[in-house]
Amino acid sequence: MPVAGVDVGSVAAKAVILNERTKAVLAHALVPTGWNPRQAGEDALNRACSLAGVERASLTRIVGTGYGRIALPFADKSVTEITCHALGAVHLFPRTGVVLDIGGQDSKAIAVDADGSVQDFVMNDKCAAGTGRFLQVLSGILGMDVRALDEAAACGKPAEISSMCAVFAETEIVGLLAQGAKPEDVAAGVFRSLARRMVSLSRRIACRGECTFTGGLASLPAFVRCLSSELGVAVNVAEQPQNTGALGAALIAAR
Amino acid sequence: MSHSSIERFKTVTDRNVLALQEAKQAGVKVVGQYCIYSPLEMALAAGAVPVSLCGTKNDSIFSAESILPRSLCPLIKSSFGFALEDSCPYLAASDIVVADTTCDGKKKMFELLAERKPMFMLQLPQIQNAPALEYWKEQYESLMRHFEQLFGVVIGEKELRSAIAKANRFRRALKSVLDLARKKPSPLSGMELMEIAHRASFVPDWDKAAELLEDIAREVGASNESPFSASAPRVLLTGVPVGLGSHKVVKLLEDCGASVVCLDNCSCYKKVRLMIDESADPLTALASRYLDMPCAVMSPNPNRYAYLEELASEFRADAVVDLTWQGCQTYDVESWSVKKFVREKLHLPFLQIVTDYSPADTEQLKVRAEAFLEMLR
Repeated sequence: MPVAGVDVGSVAAKAVILNERTKAVLAHALVPTGWNPRQAGEDALNRACSLAGVERASLTRIVGTGYGRIALPFADKSVTEITCHALGAVHLFPRTGVVLDIGGQDSKAIAVDADGSVQDFVMNDKCAAGTGRFLQVLSGILGMDVRALDEAAACGKPAEISSMCAVFAETEIVGLLAQGAKPEDVAAGVFRSLARRMVSLSRRIACRGECTFTGGLASLPAFVRCLSSELGVAVNVAEQPQNTGALGAALIAAR
Repeated sequence: MSHSSIERFKTVTDRNVLALQEAKQAGVKVVGQYCIYSPLEMALAAGAVPVSLCGTKNDSIFSAESILPRSLCPLIKSSFGFALEDSCPYLAASDIVVADTTCDGKKKMFELLAERKPMFMLQLPQIQNAPALEYWKEQYESLMRHFEQLFGVVIGEKELRSAIAKANRFRRALKSVLDLARKKPSPLSGMELMEIAHRASFVPDWDKAAELLEDIAREVGASNESPFSASAPRVLLTGVPVGLGSHKVVKLLEDCGASVVCLDNCSCYKKVRLMIDESADPLTALASRYLDMPCAVMSPNPNRYAYLEELASEFRADAVVDLTWQGCQTYDVESWSVKKFVREKLHLPFLQIVTDYSPADTEQLKVRAEAFLEMLR
């Protein structure tokens, strides 16, 4: 019997359908969240169902997660993205000891046990410093989408970006560009500043084992290289890293 | 669940402002106090009424920010905002405000407050040793002389002793209420514990307050009801002071299923943990008991850890949450050492929450609180 996990984040809604017994992924889907988290969750789930060729009604259990978890009327249960990312990451990479996740409005470092249970976690402060929002700001200024940013950053020499605050960073970036800094250097600088922010966050928890990087930013190769180099270790990245939370939710649904 | 003693307590404390004004009209002097290092007993010994002052509401912060930096802690901004707006009836009723140089933000704010209100500043040492105690005792002596002059009274050993006995009775009564939460499951929620401690700090009649609290301890102590199931995770909340209006984290934790069993902060349990020694020299007893308070401004601050260990075991805590007001540097830095202590020595899960009084981050905090409680299951 199939089960589902739906993760409604601030940027995208993700759904994963699992075979309850074998835990095999039958399908996954991702749609932009937009202004209506409930509808986005609904759409992601319907799309995943049709890709898997299963009826919505045949899902034995649905677990919701992400900031929109409370807006999902169809979910049997809601669990935080901390717990879900931990479970998802350990399922994909069993030797994971630390999960790093950069989301649209928060980022987190999670210490996990071998069974995927959370031992400790820290999240960014109240402001958007060190979150995906940081890259959206940059993308707006440079007029590049996130993929293009990644390609630019790959060949840039990191400019010094000191601001951690998304709003002040914008001022700083505009200043750098006015001084003639190259967009690729600015992009590389923002990547490094974001990666360093994640490193200091992760040092606030006791880290051991492998490090698994989840969330949408993990699908940017230049950013992953930057994060690994700042951390000083290689990081595990799944094929669809942004689905890790939904996968964790589906694993809970399959219990 | 309602207890008639708690209802009675609420009815009486709803009249706190009126009762204070009546006392004032009858000629009683009022001493407003902000911090836990300011001794209540000195005002009582002078025949005056010590009351807490407002500083737990978000509303007054906007006005405060016309003068104070936005990055300052919300408690300081809220307190100052009330003064600017003249919206705290207890401050308005105060003949004098006693404050101490607890932290940098407070002492500079008090300099500004002194332009508006008669004040007495106690210069608080930041270490707890013999020379500091000697110095602190001198500070209390100057406060005593100041009260004698201001109120035209003489404060002798007899007055101090009876003030200590009165304050101890109140402390014991409040402690007996807060200690009800040692029971598993707790008969009172953390919100109720917080509200009772908050309201009690504004009662002008100290004997009356003690009586009402003793009634609550008796009635609730005899009941077997609880708003929680036996499996609700028991949280020891440590860190900065919390009152009505700044209670969002207590509420959030309990809305997510926790039972906050003890508030280890100076608005709640730190007030009552120890009594003043009634047999010792009164001024020495007062100075040493108050100086021992484990605020993060103390360096080092060994009592913080001793309290935590004791309270975690007495209240059978399953986890510790450390609340830090944004901009409160001392508690924010100390949280790192507290985390280490809680995880490594007490072997309990630990979560620090940094926030202010505004509801803006409710959803973000909810993720932290829920994830933390999921971790405990």
